[in-house]
Amino acid sequence: MINLKNRSLVSITDYSKEEILKVLDIAENFEKDQRQKILTNHVIASLFFEPSTRTRLSFESAVQYLGGSIIGFASAGTSSVKKGESLKDTILTVSNYSDLIVMRNPLDGSARYASEVSPIPIINAGDGANQHPTQCLLDLYSIRKTQGTLEDIHIALVGDLKYGRTVHSLVQALSLFNATFHLVSPESLKLPSSVKKWIKDAGLEYYQYTELSDVIPFADIIYMTRIQGERFPDPIEYEKVKNSYILENSMLEKSKESMRVLHPLPRVNEISEDVDDNPRAYYFQQAKNGVYVRQALITAILGLKG
Amino acid sequence: MKNKRTELKVSAIRSGTVIDHIPAENTFRVFAMLNLENSADHVYFGTNLESRKLGKKGIIKISNIFFKPEEISKIALVAPNATLIEIKDYEIVKKEQVLLPGEIQKIVKCVNPKCVTNNQNVPTYFKIIYDHHGTMKLACRYCEKTMSMDDIEFI
Ligand SMILES: [Zn+2]
Repeated sequence: MINLKNRSLVSITDYSKEEILKVLDIAENFEKDQRQKILTNHVIASLFFEPSTRTRLSFESAVQYLGGSIIGFASAGTSSVKKGESLKDTILTVSNYSDLIVMRNPLDGSARYASEVSPIPIINAGDGANQHPTQCLLDLYSIRKTQGTLEDIHIALVGDLKYGRTVHSLVQALSLFNATFHLVSPESLKLPSSVKKWIKDAGLEYYQYTELSDVIPFADIIYMTRIQGERFPDPIEYEKVKNSYILENSMLEKSKESMRVLHPLPRVNEISEDVDDNPRAYYFQQAKNGVYVRQALITAILGLKG
Repeated sequence: MKNKRTELKVSAIRSGTVIDHIPAENTFRVFAMLNLENSADHVYFGTNLESRKLGKKGIIKISNIFFKPEEISKIALVAPNATLIEIKDYEIVKKEQVLLPGEIQKIVKCVNPKCVTNNQNVPTYFKIIYDHHGTMKLACRYCEKTMSMDDIEFI
C-alpha cells in the first residue's frame, strides 16, 4: 500500500521504487490535464532561505495551476531569519499558517531537521550541497517519458561528478532500476567512492571515461552538468579540462536517434547552443516536467491524489 | 604464568576501572578523551605493551572512577575491542568488552562545517556504517556526510 500522505520528502532515498513510480504516474496525469483546481482550499508556504529563482518559480507555478495560495519569502534577507530567528522557530511559526512547507536552505541537513520539528510535511527544495529530491524526480520523469521506461537505461553522466548533488541523487535512484552508468569526468572530479558503492551494492556496473565522445554512440541519456572553476584546487588543471566537456551538435551524429540530452540547468557553455535545435535536446522540456512533478508531489502529500 | 601477570596488573588498584586492550596508537586519545589529566586520583598508564590480539596494546587504570554508559560509548569509538574491568576491594566485579552502539548521539561533532548541527541548536546523531573496505565510519543523520574515525571530534 503506497501512501505518501503527510510524509515529508527530504532525500530521494526516502521513497521506495514503487513510491517514485507513483509520483511519476500522478505527474503524467498533470501533464495531460495541468489546470486541475484541487488546491483552492490550501495554503502552501515557500521558504527560500537562499535565492533559487528557477526552483521557486517552478513550485509557485505548480501551486498556481492547482488554484492554491502561496505565502513565504524568496531570500533570507527579507525574513525574520535576518533578525536571528532559529530555523526551528521559523518552521513552527509558519506551520501555523500553512498546510505544507517547501523549503530551500543553504545548510546541509536543514531539511531533515525541519521535517523532525515540523507538525506539517516539508518538501526539500535543496538543502545546501546535500539533497534536491524534486530535481531527481523530474529527471526520472524525463528519462521515463523519453525512453518509455526507467529500466535498463544506459546513462552517461558528464562533468562534475564529485560535487554535483543532482548526479549523486540520480545514481541512487537509477540504482533501483537496473541502470548501467557511464561516468565521464576529469580525473579530479570523479564520482565519490561512497556513491559508487550504491551502484555496487545494487549489483550494477559502472564505467569511467575521460572523453565525452567515447560514450555518445551507445548512451540512451546524456546527462550534462556544469564544471565550476572554483572546484579545482589547481587553476591550471581547470584551464586544461574546461573545454573538454562541451557537447556540440556535430558530436551527436553518431548518437542513437532515441538518445536525449538532459541538463539540470542553468547551463553556461557545456552544451553548445547549436544543440538546442537538435530533436535530441530535451533540457527545456525537462524543466517543464518539473512543474508536473511538483504538482504531483504536493497533491499526493496533501492526500488529494494517489 | 601469563594469567597471573594479567591478574597482578589488574589488581594493582583497590577500586576503580581498568581499560585494557586499547589499540596502542589510540591510548593517548582515550586518555585525553576521558579527561584523565585532570583526575585527582591515581591513574596508571601503559602503552606499546605486547598483545597477542592487537600486537601492541595500551592499558589505563583509574582509581575510584566508574564510567557512565555515554563515556563507555566514547571509548568504544576509538577502541572498539577494549575490555572494561571494574574493581572493588581488589576484586573484579565486572569485566566486559566495550560495546559500540549502532547510533551515536550528542557526543561527537559533525565534520562538515555547513552541517545544520554546527549552525543551529541541533543535537548530533550518527549511524555507524562500514565502507567497501569494511572500515568503520560515522554517517550524519542530517547532512548525510560520512566521516572516518580519524576525523572524530568529541563535543
Ligand atoms: Zn552533518
